[in-house]
Amino acid sequence: MRAYKVYSIENGTVIDHIPAENGLALISLLGLHRRGSVVTMGTNFASKKLGKKDIVKIENRELTPDEFNQVSLIAPMATINIIRASKNIKKYTIAMPAFFERIIKCPNHKCITNSEACATKFYSQMKGKSLSLRCHYCEKVFPQDEIKNHIPRL
Amino acid sequence: MASNFKGRDIISVRELSKDDILRVLTLAESLKKTPRPNLLQGMVMGSCFFEPSTRTRLSFETAMQKLGGRVVGFADPNVTSAQKGETLYDAIKIIGQYVDVIAMRHPLEGAARRAAEATDKPILNGGDGANQHPTQTLLDLFTIQECQKKINNLTITMVGDLKYGRTVHSLAQALIHFKPKFYFVAPEFLQMPDYILAELKSAGIAFQKKNTIKEVIAQSDILYMTRIQKERFSDISEYEKVKDVYVLGNDLLAKAKPNLRVLHPLPRVNEIATEVDATPHAYYFQQAENGLYVRQALLGLVCGKL
Repeated sequence: MRAYKVYSIENGTVIDHIPAENGLALISLLGLHRRGSVVTMGTNFASKKLGKKDIVKIENRELTPDEFNQVSLIAPMATINIIRASKNIKKYTIAMPAFFERIIKCPNHKCITNSEACATKFYSQMKGKSLSLRCHYCEKVFPQDEIKNHIPRL
Repeated sequence: MASNFKGRDIISVRELSKDDILRVLTLAESLKKTPRPNLLQGMVMGSCFFEPSTRTRLSFETAMQKLGGRVVGFADPNVTSAQKGETLYDAIKIIGQYVDVIAMRHPLEGAARRAAEATDKPILNGGDGANQHPTQTLLDLFTIQECQKKINNLTITMVGDLKYGRTVHSLAQALIHFKPKFYFVAPEFLQMPDYILAELKSAGIAFQKKNTIKEVIAQSDILYMTRIQKERFSDISEYEKVKDVYVLGNDLLAKAKPNLRVLHPLPRVNEIATEVDATPHAYYFQQAENGLYVRQALLGLVCGKL
Protein backbone atom coordinates (compact mmCIF):
# COMPACT_ATOMS: atom_id res chain seq x y z
CA MET A 1 0.00 0.00 0.00
CA ARG A 2 1.18 3.48 -0.87
CA ALA A 3 2.10 5.56 2.13
CA TYR A 4 0.72 9.08 2.03
CA LYS A 5 3.18 11.37 3.64
CA VAL A 6 1.01 14.45 3.12
CA TYR A 7 -2.47 13.89 4.48
CA SER A 8 -5.31 13.69 1.98
CA ILE A 9 -7.82 16.48 1.65
CA GLU A 10 -11.61 16.28 1.34
CA ASN A 11 -12.14 19.26 -0.89
CA GLY A 12 -9.74 21.48 -2.78
CA THR A 13 -6.81 21.19 -5.17
CA VAL A 14 -3.73 18.98 -5.26
CA ILE A 15 -0.82 20.13 -7.40
CA ASP A 16 1.42 17.17 -8.15
CA HIS A 17 4.65 16.73 -10.13
CA ILE A 18 6.22 20.01 -9.09
CA PRO A 19 10.00 19.83 -9.61
CA ALA A 20 11.64 19.22 -6.22
CA GLU A 21 12.36 22.31 -4.15
CA ASN A 22 9.97 24.45 -6.20
CA GLY A 23 6.92 23.95 -4.00
CA LEU A 24 7.52 27.09 -1.96
CA ALA A 25 8.07 29.17 -5.08
CA LEU A 26 4.81 27.86 -6.48
CA ILE A 27 2.90 28.75 -3.30
CA SER A 28 4.44 32.18 -3.48
CA LEU A 29 3.72 32.61 -7.18
CA LEU A 30 0.04 31.84 -6.75
CA GLY A 31 -0.16 33.79 -3.49
CA LEU A 32 -1.75 30.70 -1.89
CA HIS A 33 -0.44 31.63 1.55
CA ARG A 34 -2.30 34.92 1.50
CA ARG A 35 -5.76 33.60 0.77
CA GLY A 36 -6.79 32.01 4.02
CA SER A 37 -6.90 28.39 2.83
CA VAL A 38 -4.92 25.70 4.62
CA VAL A 39 -1.98 24.81 2.38
CA THR A 40 0.30 21.81 2.94
CA MET A 41 3.44 21.02 1.06
CA GLY A 42 5.68 17.99 0.81
CA THR A 43 9.10 18.10 -0.73
CA ASN A 44 11.55 15.59 -2.23
CA PHE A 45 9.09 12.76 -2.85
CA ALA A 46 10.31 10.04 -5.19
CA SER A 47 8.89 10.48 -8.69
CA LYS A 48 9.16 8.29 -11.78
CA LYS A 49 8.63 11.31 -14.01
CA LEU A 50 10.91 13.81 -12.28
CA GLY A 51 13.23 11.85 -10.00
CA LYS A 52 12.16 13.97 -7.05
CA LYS A 53 9.07 16.11 -6.75
CA ASP A 54 7.11 18.41 -4.48
CA ILE A 55 3.36 18.26 -3.84
CA VAL A 56 1.10 21.13 -2.73
CA LYS A 57 -2.42 20.67 -1.39
CA ILE A 58 -4.88 23.53 -0.98
CA GLU A 59 -7.92 22.87 1.16
CA ASN A 60 -11.41 24.05 0.21
CA ARG A 61 -10.30 25.93 -2.81
CA GLU A 62 -10.40 24.88 -6.46
CA LEU A 63 -7.88 26.60 -8.67
CA THR A 64 -9.20 27.89 -11.99
CA PRO A 65 -7.47 26.93 -15.25
CA ASP A 66 -6.22 30.52 -15.59
CA GLU A 67 -4.64 30.33 -12.17
CA PHE A 68 -2.96 26.99 -12.56
CA ASN A 69 -1.60 27.75 -15.99
CA GLN A 70 0.47 30.44 -14.28
CA VAL A 71 2.23 27.53 -12.57
CA SER A 72 3.77 26.52 -15.89
CA LEU A 73 6.56 29.02 -15.22
CA ILE A 74 8.12 26.81 -12.57
CA ALA A 75 6.32 23.49 -12.96
CA PRO A 76 5.54 22.85 -16.62
CA MET A 77 4.94 19.13 -15.98
CA ALA A 78 2.61 19.64 -13.02
CA THR A 79 -0.75 17.94 -12.78
CA ILE A 80 -3.72 19.52 -11.04
CA ASN A 81 -6.30 17.38 -9.29
CA ILE A 82 -9.58 18.87 -8.16
CA ILE A 83 -10.89 17.03 -5.10
CA ARG A 84 -14.53 16.99 -4.00
CA ALA A 85 -15.77 14.77 -1.14
CA SER A 86 -12.36 13.04 -1.09
CA LYS A 87 -12.74 12.05 -4.75
CA ASN A 88 -10.53 13.18 -7.58
CA ILE A 89 -13.16 14.59 -9.92
CA LYS A 90 -10.94 16.36 -12.47
CA LYS A 91 -7.35 16.08 -13.51
CA TYR A 92 -5.62 18.72 -15.63
CA THR A 93 -2.21 19.05 -17.11
CA ILE A 94 -0.67 22.49 -17.45
CA ALA A 95 -1.05 24.51 -20.65
CA MET A 96 1.28 27.40 -21.41
CA PRO A 97 -0.72 30.65 -21.13
CA ALA A 98 -0.25 33.40 -23.70
CA PHE A 99 0.73 35.80 -20.94
CA PHE A 100 1.50 36.00 -17.23
CA GLU A 101 -0.04 38.83 -15.27
CA ARG A 102 0.94 40.32 -11.92
CA ILE A 103 3.06 37.43 -10.69
CA ILE A 104 6.60 38.41 -11.68
CA LYS A 105 8.69 41.46 -11.04
CA CYS A 106 10.45 42.65 -14.19
CA PRO A 107 14.15 41.79 -13.91
CA ASN A 108 14.99 45.01 -15.77
CA HIS A 109 15.55 47.55 -13.00
CA LYS A 110 15.01 50.37 -15.50
CA CYS A 111 11.51 49.12 -16.33
CA ILE A 112 8.73 51.53 -15.34
CA THR A 113 7.00 48.69 -13.42
CA ASN A 114 9.83 48.74 -10.89
CA SER A 115 9.41 52.40 -10.23
CA GLU A 116 5.68 52.93 -9.84
CA ALA A 117 2.87 50.64 -8.68
CA CYS A 118 1.71 48.85 -11.78
CA ALA A 119 0.60 45.28 -12.54
CA THR A 120 3.24 43.49 -14.59
CA LYS A 121 2.45 41.53 -17.73
CA PHE A 122 4.70 39.17 -19.67
CA TYR A 123 4.04 37.44 -22.99
CA SER A 124 5.25 33.86 -23.29
CA GLN A 125 7.35 32.86 -26.28
CA MET A 126 8.13 29.18 -26.82
CA LYS A 127 11.06 28.26 -29.02
CA GLY A 128 11.33 24.50 -29.14
CA LYS A 129 11.24 23.49 -25.50
CA SER A 130 12.65 26.71 -24.09
CA LEU A 131 10.39 29.41 -22.75
CA SER A 132 11.21 33.07 -22.71
CA LEU A 133 9.06 35.98 -21.56
CA ARG A 134 8.71 39.47 -23.01
CA CYS A 135 7.76 42.35 -20.75
CA HIS A 136 4.67 44.21 -21.97
CA TYR A 137 6.22 47.50 -20.83
CA CYS A 138 9.98 47.54 -21.39
CA GLU A 139 9.77 44.87 -24.16
CA LYS A 140 12.88 43.10 -22.86
CA VAL A 141 12.95 39.35 -23.35
CA PHE A 142 14.07 37.11 -20.47
CA PRO A 143 14.82 33.39 -20.47
CA GLN A 144 12.74 31.31 -18.07
CA ASP A 145 15.69 30.71 -15.71
CA GLU A 146 16.20 34.44 -15.19
CA ILE A 147 12.51 35.08 -14.59
CA LYS A 148 12.29 32.36 -11.94
CA ASN A 149 14.54 34.42 -9.71
CA HIS A 150 12.07 37.29 -9.85
CA ILE A 151 9.04 35.54 -8.47
CA PRO A 152 8.43 37.06 -5.04
CA ARG A 153 9.55 34.48 -2.43
CA LEU A 154 7.81 33.45 0.76
CA MET B 1 -3.61 47.32 -45.23
CA ALA B 2 -2.66 50.26 -43.01
CA SER B 3 -4.60 50.42 -39.77
CA ASN B 4 -6.73 53.36 -38.76
CA PHE B 5 -4.32 55.73 -37.05
CA LYS B 6 -6.88 58.04 -35.41
CA GLY B 7 -6.38 58.00 -31.65
CA ARG B 8 -3.62 55.42 -31.89
CA ASP B 9 -0.54 55.40 -29.67
CA ILE B 10 2.82 55.16 -31.44
CA ILE B 11 4.91 53.41 -28.83
CA SER B 12 6.93 50.68 -30.46
CA VAL B 13 8.04 50.00 -34.01
CA ARG B 14 7.10 46.38 -33.32
CA GLU B 15 3.44 47.36 -33.64
CA LEU B 16 3.73 49.03 -37.04
CA SER B 17 2.90 46.87 -40.06
CA LYS B 18 4.64 47.34 -43.39
CA ASP B 19 1.57 49.16 -44.71
CA ASP B 20 1.50 51.42 -41.64
CA ILE B 21 5.14 52.35 -42.23
CA LEU B 22 4.62 53.00 -45.94
CA ARG B 23 1.60 55.19 -45.17
CA VAL B 24 3.63 57.34 -42.79
CA LEU B 25 6.47 57.64 -45.33
CA THR B 26 4.08 58.64 -48.13
CA LEU B 27 2.41 61.29 -45.98
CA ALA B 28 5.76 62.62 -44.75
CA GLU B 29 6.90 63.01 -48.35
CA SER B 30 3.73 64.85 -49.23
CA LEU B 31 4.06 67.18 -46.21
CA LYS B 32 7.66 67.90 -47.14
CA LYS B 33 6.56 68.97 -50.63
CA THR B 34 3.30 70.65 -49.67
CA PRO B 35 3.09 72.18 -46.18
CA ARG B 36 -0.33 72.05 -44.46
CA PRO B 37 -0.18 75.06 -42.13
CA ASN B 38 -3.81 74.77 -40.96
CA LEU B 39 -4.16 71.02 -40.61
CA LEU B 40 -4.15 70.90 -36.81
CA GLN B 41 -5.52 74.38 -36.12
CA GLY B 42 -7.24 74.53 -32.73
CA MET B 43 -5.44 71.44 -31.45
CA VAL B 44 -2.88 71.33 -28.64
CA MET B 45 0.08 68.98 -28.21
CA GLY B 46 1.46 68.23 -24.76
CA SER B 47 5.24 68.10 -25.03
CA CYS B 48 6.24 66.06 -21.98
CA PHE B 49 10.00 65.60 -21.77
CA PHE B 50 10.92 63.92 -18.51
CA GLU B 51 14.46 63.68 -19.85
CA PRO B 52 16.44 66.30 -21.74
CA SER B 53 16.28 66.24 -25.52
CA THR B 54 17.00 68.82 -28.16
CA ARG B 55 16.39 67.44 -31.64
CA THR B 56 13.43 65.22 -30.78
CA ARG B 57 11.64 67.78 -28.64
CA LEU B 58 12.22 70.72 -30.94
CA SER B 59 11.21 68.76 -34.00
CA PHE B 60 7.97 67.51 -32.36
CA GLU B 61 7.13 71.03 -31.22
CA THR B 62 7.99 72.60 -34.57
CA ALA B 63 6.04 69.88 -36.39
CA MET B 64 2.91 70.69 -34.37
CA GLN B 65 3.31 74.43 -34.86
CA LYS B 66 3.91 74.11 -38.60
CA LEU B 67 0.59 72.28 -38.84
CA GLY B 68 -1.18 75.18 -37.11
CA GLY B 69 -1.43 73.52 -33.69
CA ARG B 70 -0.20 74.81 -30.35
CA VAL B 71 2.20 73.32 -27.86
CA VAL B 72 2.24 73.24 -24.07
CA GLY B 73 4.65 71.27 -21.95
CA PHE B 74 7.98 71.05 -20.24
CA ALA B 75 11.54 70.18 -21.17
CA ASP B 76 12.79 69.54 -17.67
CA PRO B 77 11.13 67.18 -15.19
CA ASN B 78 12.46 69.29 -12.33
CA VAL B 79 9.66 71.77 -13.00
CA THR B 80 6.92 69.11 -12.72
CA SER B 81 5.21 67.32 -9.84
CA ALA B 82 7.40 64.29 -10.61
CA GLN B 83 9.80 65.95 -8.18
CA LYS B 84 7.10 65.78 -5.51
CA GLY B 85 6.70 62.07 -6.12
CA GLU B 86 3.75 62.18 -8.51
CA THR B 87 3.51 59.03 -10.64
CA LEU B 88 3.84 59.17 -14.39
CA TYR B 89 0.35 57.66 -14.57
CA ASP B 90 -1.24 60.53 -12.65
CA ALA B 91 0.74 63.19 -14.51
CA ILE B 92 -0.28 61.87 -17.92
CA LYS B 93 -3.91 61.34 -16.86
CA ILE B 94 -4.16 65.02 -16.01
CA ILE B 95 -2.21 66.35 -18.99
CA GLY B 96 -4.39 64.16 -21.22
CA GLN B 97 -7.42 66.12 -20.03
CA TYR B 98 -5.88 69.35 -21.34
CA VAL B 99 -4.41 68.38 -24.70
CA ASP B 100 -5.30 66.50 -27.90
CA VAL B 101 -2.06 64.55 -28.29
CA ILE B 102 1.05 63.92 -26.17
CA ALA B 103 4.66 63.63 -27.34
CA MET B 104 6.85 62.32 -24.54
CA ARG B 105 10.30 61.13 -23.55
CA HIS B 106 11.10 59.41 -20.28
CA PRO B 107 14.26 57.80 -18.88
CA LEU B 108 12.46 54.60 -17.80
CA GLU B 109 11.76 51.76 -20.20
CA GLY B 110 8.08 51.07 -20.79
CA ALA B 111 7.11 54.57 -19.66
CA ALA B 112 5.28 55.39 -22.89
CA ARG B 113 3.24 52.17 -22.63
CA ARG B 114 2.34 53.03 -19.05
CA ALA B 115 1.43 56.58 -20.07
CA ALA B 116 -0.88 55.25 -22.77
CA GLU B 117 -2.85 53.40 -20.09
CA ALA B 118 -3.47 56.68 -18.27
CA THR B 119 -5.15 58.58 -21.10
CA ASP B 120 -7.31 58.06 -24.18
CA LYS B 121 -5.34 60.73 -26.03
CA PRO B 122 -2.71 59.39 -28.42
CA ILE B 123 0.84 59.07 -27.06
CA LEU B 124 3.80 59.52 -29.38
CA ASN B 125 6.86 57.92 -27.84
CA GLY B 126 9.91 60.13 -28.27
CA GLY B 127 12.12 57.61 -26.45
CA ASP B 128 11.64 55.51 -23.32
CA GLY B 129 15.08 54.80 -21.88
CA ALA B 130 17.00 52.30 -23.98
CA ASN B 131 13.79 50.72 -25.25
CA GLN B 132 11.99 52.31 -28.20
CA HIS B 133 12.16 55.50 -30.23
CA PRO B 134 9.75 54.78 -33.08
CA THR B 135 9.73 58.26 -34.62
CA GLN B 136 13.52 58.02 -35.05
CA THR B 137 13.07 54.69 -36.83
CA LEU B 138 10.42 56.14 -39.12
CA LEU B 139 12.55 59.15 -40.00
CA ASP B 140 15.48 56.82 -40.69
CA LEU B 141 13.31 54.74 -43.03
CA PHE B 142 11.97 57.88 -44.71
CA THR B 143 15.51 59.16 -45.21
CA ILE B 144 16.73 55.83 -46.61
CA GLN B 145 13.88 55.81 -49.10
CA GLU B 146 14.43 59.46 -50.01
CA CYS B 147 18.17 59.23 -50.62
CA GLN B 148 18.10 55.86 -52.42
CA LYS B 149 14.80 56.40 -54.29
CA LYS B 150 13.77 52.97 -53.04
CA ILE B 151 13.62 51.08 -49.77
CA ASN B 152 13.69 47.42 -50.81
CA ASN B 153 16.75 45.22 -51.35
CA LEU B 154 19.38 47.67 -50.09
CA THR B 155 22.71 46.83 -48.50
CA ILE B 156 22.77 48.51 -45.11
CA THR B 157 25.89 48.70 -42.97
CA MET B 158 25.51 49.62 -39.33
CA VAL B 159 28.62 50.77 -37.49
CA GLY B 160 29.62 51.44 -33.89
CA ASP B 161 27.79 50.58 -30.69
CA LEU B 162 25.31 48.02 -31.98
CA LYS B 163 24.81 46.37 -28.62
CA TYR B 164 23.34 49.25 -26.66
CA GLY B 165 22.09 51.53 -29.43
CA ARG B 166 18.30 51.48 -29.52
CA THR B 167 18.18 53.22 -32.91
CA VAL B 168 20.03 50.40 -34.67
CA HIS B 169 17.91 47.73 -32.99
CA SER B 170 14.60 49.30 -33.99
CA LEU B 171 15.82 50.16 -37.47
CA ALA B 172 17.05 46.61 -38.10
CA GLN B 173 13.69 45.25 -36.93
CA ALA B 174 11.69 47.67 -39.09
CA LEU B 175 13.85 47.00 -42.16
CA ILE B 176 12.89 43.31 -42.01
CA HIS B 177 9.82 44.35 -44.05
CA PHE B 178 12.05 45.59 -46.87
CA LYS B 179 14.44 42.69 -47.54
CA PRO B 180 17.79 44.35 -46.86
CA LYS B 181 21.22 42.79 -46.62
CA PHE B 182 23.01 43.84 -43.43
CA TYR B 183 26.63 44.27 -42.42
CA PHE B 184 27.20 44.88 -38.73
CA VAL B 185 30.55 46.53 -38.04
CA ALA B 186 31.54 46.64 -34.36
CA PRO B 187 34.01 45.22 -31.87
CA GLU B 188 32.71 41.81 -30.81
CA PHE B 189 31.55 42.95 -27.38
CA LEU B 190 29.47 45.75 -28.91
CA GLN B 191 27.96 43.60 -31.68
CA MET B 192 24.26 43.36 -32.47
CA PRO B 193 22.46 41.40 -29.70
CA ASP B 194 21.57 37.79 -30.34
CA TYR B 195 17.82 38.38 -30.05
CA ILE B 196 17.92 40.81 -32.99
CA LEU B 197 20.08 38.42 -35.02
CA ALA B 198 17.59 35.63 -34.25
CA GLU B 199 14.71 37.80 -35.52
CA LEU B 200 16.61 38.54 -38.73
CA LYS B 201 17.47 34.89 -39.21
CA SER B 202 13.92 33.70 -38.76
CA ALA B 203 12.77 36.36 -41.27
CA GLY B 204 15.33 35.10 -43.81
CA ILE B 205 17.35 38.35 -43.80
CA ALA B 206 21.03 38.01 -44.75
CA PHE B 207 23.57 39.56 -42.38
CA GLN B 208 27.28 39.36 -41.63
CA LYS B 209 29.30 40.66 -38.70
CA LYS B 210 32.46 42.54 -39.71
CA ASN B 211 35.36 44.17 -37.92
CA THR B 212 36.07 47.15 -40.15
CA ILE B 213 34.21 49.63 -42.35
CA LYS B 214 36.88 49.15 -45.02
CA GLU B 215 35.76 45.57 -45.73
CA VAL B 216 32.21 46.56 -46.65
CA ILE B 217 32.24 50.17 -47.81
CA ALA B 218 32.33 49.25 -51.51
CA GLN B 219 29.18 47.11 -51.24
CA SER B 220 27.09 49.41 -49.06
CA ASP B 221 24.17 51.64 -50.06
CA ILE B 222 23.69 53.04 -46.54
CA LEU B 223 26.33 53.50 -43.87
CA TYR B 224 24.49 54.02 -40.59
CA MET B 225 27.06 55.36 -38.11
CA THR B 226 26.62 55.44 -34.33
CA ARG B 227 28.78 56.70 -31.53
CA ILE B 228 30.95 54.34 -29.48
CA GLN B 229 30.96 55.62 -25.94
CA LYS B 230 34.20 55.48 -24.03
CA GLU B 231 32.36 54.53 -20.84
CA ARG B 232 31.27 51.20 -22.35
CA PHE B 233 34.86 49.95 -22.13
CA SER B 234 36.08 48.47 -18.86
CA ASP B 235 39.64 48.59 -20.15
CA ILE B 236 40.53 52.01 -21.55
CA SER B 237 43.38 50.57 -23.61
CA GLU B 238 40.77 48.51 -25.50
CA TYR B 239 38.95 51.74 -26.32
CA GLU B 240 42.16 53.34 -27.55
CA LYS B 241 42.73 50.33 -29.82
CA VAL B 242 39.35 50.44 -31.56
CA LYS B 243 38.34 54.10 -31.43
CA ASP B 244 39.84 54.98 -34.80
CA VAL B 245 38.63 51.81 -36.54
CA TYR B 246 35.07 53.08 -36.33
CA VAL B 247 35.73 56.62 -37.48
CA LEU B 248 34.65 57.58 -40.99
CA GLY B 249 36.84 59.91 -43.03
CA ASN B 250 37.12 60.75 -46.73
CA ASP B 251 39.88 58.14 -47.17
CA LEU B 252 37.41 55.34 -46.44
CA LEU B 253 34.79 56.90 -48.71
CA ALA B 254 37.13 56.74 -51.72
CA LYS B 255 35.92 53.21 -52.46
CA ALA B 256 32.24 53.91 -51.87
CA LYS B 257 29.58 53.52 -54.53
CA PRO B 258 28.29 56.89 -55.82
CA ASN B 259 24.86 56.26 -54.27
CA LEU B 260 26.23 55.52 -50.78
CA ARG B 261 24.74 57.80 -48.16
CA VAL B 262 25.97 58.20 -44.61
CA LEU B 263 23.35 58.47 -41.86
CA HIS B 264 23.74 59.09 -38.13
CA PRO B 265 21.05 59.58 -35.45
CA LEU B 266 23.19 62.44 -34.03
CA PRO B 267 24.72 63.87 -31.96
CA ARG B 268 28.05 62.87 -33.44
CA VAL B 269 31.26 63.39 -31.57
CA ASN B 270 34.19 62.31 -33.68
CA GLU B 271 32.94 59.18 -35.46
CA ILE B 272 32.32 61.09 -38.69
CA ALA B 273 35.14 63.48 -39.59
CA THR B 274 33.80 66.93 -40.44
CA GLU B 275 35.50 66.67 -43.86
CA VAL B 276 32.77 64.15 -44.78
CA ASP B 277 30.09 66.86 -44.41
CA ALA B 278 31.05 68.40 -47.74
CA THR B 279 30.89 65.13 -49.71
CA PRO B 280 27.77 64.02 -51.59
CA HIS B 281 27.70 60.98 -49.30
CA ALA B 282 26.81 62.97 -46.18
CA TYR B 283 23.07 62.83 -45.51
CA TYR B 284 22.81 63.05 -41.71
CA PHE B 285 21.71 66.68 -41.58
CA GLN B 286 18.90 66.04 -44.09
CA GLN B 287 18.06 62.99 -41.95
CA ALA B 288 17.61 65.20 -38.89
CA GLU B 289 15.46 67.62 -40.91
CA ASN B 290 13.24 64.75 -42.05
CA GLY B 291 12.22 64.16 -38.45
CA LEU B 292 10.04 67.21 -38.86
CA TYR B 293 7.99 65.76 -41.74
CA VAL B 294 7.69 62.30 -40.26
CA ARG B 295 6.47 63.77 -36.96
CA GLN B 296 4.03 66.01 -38.86
CA ALA B 297 2.67 62.93 -40.62
CA LEU B 298 2.26 61.07 -37.32
CA LEU B 299 0.60 64.03 -35.59
CA GLY B 300 -1.84 64.44 -38.50
CA LEU B 301 -2.60 60.72 -38.52
CA VAL B 302 -3.16 60.15 -34.80
CA CYS B 303 -5.20 63.37 -34.54
CA GLY B 304 -7.45 61.97 -37.27
CA LYS B 305 -6.76 64.75 -39.77
CA LEU B 306 -4.84 62.78 -42.43
